[in-house]
Amino acid sequence: MDNAIRAALAQYGKLAVDASALGREDDLFAKGFTSNATVNVMLALEDEYDVEFAESDLKKSTFATIASIEAVLQRLVAA
Amino acid sequence: MTPAGHVVGCDLTEVADVAESIATFGDAYLRRVYTALEIEQTGAAAERLAARFAAKEAVVKLLAEPDIGTDPHDVEVVLTDGVPTLRLHGTVCERAAARWDRIELSLSHTATTAMAVVIAREVP
Repeated sequence: MDNAIRAALAQYGKLAVDASALGREDDLFAKGFTSNATVNVMLALEDEYDVEFAESDLKKSTFATIASIEAVLQRLVAA
Repeated sequence: MTPAGHVVGCDLTEVADVAESIATFGDAYLRRVYTALEIEQTGAAAERLAARFAAKEAVVKLLAEPDIGTDPHDVEVVLTDGVPTLRLHGTVCERAAARWDRIELSLSHTATTAMAVVIAREVP
């Protein structure tokens, strides 16, 4: 799942750094992540995992780090 | 300085980013972020949608509740006699009504950048 998130960030995140070099706890917004880009990454991951982020997940902290994205994604997949 | 009893939020959105989202994800992006009325009233034009995206973000900033998720559909920009106004729905409406008795919106955009400013009057 970490690889899939990094791939989505690389393709849709518009980050200022290489997604493969990011630490799992690195602040993505400090690396250039924008609110619109979070939508793109979310849509890509929803499509890949056939899940849907709930309203309660649509907050900045969900997309703050690779770890936080993965935590939400794991919960959605397990549901 | 914000007038006493008022709070303000603003946001800038790159038009090219919204255009790219539409080109890449199409209806999935449009339906996920914008209401049917917003899509209709903007003709899905990227610069106008970018302004509406900025408005949604500006309201989220105004709420200043980062631990609460927000459905972008709950912040709707509606043209009334050609003037963009905010129509809040769902939990955003509930949260706003508990704190503000009036909210105003202003939008602007160039070919490259869209902005929104919202100001709300706090309930005494």
